[in-house]
Amino acid sequence: MRRVVVTGIGAVTPLGGDIHSSWEKLILGESGASSITRFDPEGFPCTIACEVPLGEGLSANDGSFNPNDWVSPKDQKKIDTFILYGIAAAEMAIKDSGWSPRSDEDIFRAGVGVGSGIGGLASIEKTAHILKEKGPRKVSPFFIPGALINLAAGQISIRNNLKGPNLAAVTACASGSHSIGEGAQMIKNNKADVMVVGGAEAAICPLGMAGFSASRALSTNFNNTPEKASRPYDSERDGFVMGEGAGFLVLEELECALSRGANIYGELKGYGVSGDAFHITSPSPDGDGAYRSILMALSDAKIETKEIDYINAHGTSTPLGDEIELRAVERAFEGQVEGLSMSSTKSSTGHLLGAAGAVEAVFSIMCMKENIIPPTLNLDNPSVETKIDLVPHKSKQKEINSILSNSFGFGGTNASLIFSRYYN
Amino acid sequence: MSDTLEKVQAIVVEHLGVEAEKVSASASFIEDLGADSLDTVELVMAFEEEFGIEIPDDAAESILSVGDAISFIDSVKK
Repeated sequence: MRRVVVTGIGAVTPLGGDIHSSWEKLILGESGASSITRFDPEGFPCTIACEVPLGEGLSANDGSFNPNDWVSPKDQKKIDTFILYGIAAAEMAIKDSGWSPRSDEDIFRAGVGVGSGIGGLASIEKTAHILKEKGPRKVSPFFIPGALINLAAGQISIRNNLKGPNLAAVTACASGSHSIGEGAQMIKNNKADVMVVGGAEAAICPLGMAGFSASRALSTNFNNTPEKASRPYDSERDGFVMGEGAGFLVLEELECALSRGANIYGELKGYGVSGDAFHITSPSPDGDGAYRSILMALSDAKIETKEIDYINAHGTSTPLGDEIELRAVERAFEGQVEGLSMSSTKSSTGHLLGAAGAVEAVFSIMCMKENIIPPTLNLDNPSVETKIDLVPHKSKQKEINSILSNSFGFGGTNASLIFSRYYN
Repeated sequence: MSDTLEKVQAIVVEHLGVEAEKVSASASFIEDLGADSLDTVELVMAFEEEFGIEIPDDAAESILSVGDAISFIDSVKK
């Protein structure tokens, strides 16, 4: 059986322009939320978001993100911001992995899989205005290839000369996790040896904020205290806080990684997928879809529930979803949850939609590397009783050998990933 | 240097990210200046904007070089 290991990680998050600055703030319990600066949010029900911190970037080494570090200003105009984040985080992960092709065959056996929930929403919005105000002849020829979801994978393949499978999972807020899981399948099924996989999202634009507000998904009670708004499991939670960014892993077939002496962060051992067949935006109240997704991942990984040390929850801070996921976990673990820790890093980063599962996979890898569990911020009064340790307020040290990471999306689509420490 | 050449040069430098000295009248957008077919569409749109003219699609297809662009622009401006 072909085994899949993680040999590179990269991220652009609301906490920082790279994984190390993001991780540092995550375990310190800092929030990436603030009033929206990308546009004037006056009149919007929700006026806060978790924006990627823009700044001098690499030259300043201050944890900020500078688009010019990754894509020339000329080319930035031809791509939506979600693709920009994707290109940056993917190149960070590839560099971190140390992988480079030694032959044409290596190039053909290296692919890309990048999901996004919505893709180039800001570009679509901007171009619709141009169309209305100036007519069809003023629409940029780069509009479509700059907004299409799979162009993140396309751009990354072109820039890094990766000629293997080129895919894009589009499963709303599960896109990142599905891209990782499906990328691993490409390796397991011998269609590739290396897959650069992840998710990218940039939907903090008027249309995105108005749309998610209209579907009653966003927090609206904390516009004056943005850092308090994302509060998974807390009784005062009232919706998610929009985030943006990208997360990437380099997945590699084990023998391939060993043969080049790669640093192995861990093994992707289990992947579960399911559908709710229930409602367009609400999760099924019995959590059945989440439950079956978790069970499938456990079975795929061939490990017992007691071996899972930490769960990185989907936990978006919406009134319905958090408790349903919690109950689904308790059911999948048959109530044997004492000593199990589960936190939602969305309490720090907000909800990165189609990038969420990928950024959370990167955080999961860091948890295993550092043996630290990041906290669930703002969890003052849990709305339900549970024996699961929800890691309120402060991160904690714990030996971590296996992690479960869940992602669920609109449409009733579920994904669960299990990462374990690599043993021979 | 004509006014048109100067403006066309500036647009080409901005959109294609090439050095100004390479943007001679004989330079082909695709062969000499590294443009692709989408870049040329965008260049034509930028010329329309800058000079306040309309370049029909059949005319746009025959604008392959900096010199072609200058001749067309000057012909409609007169």
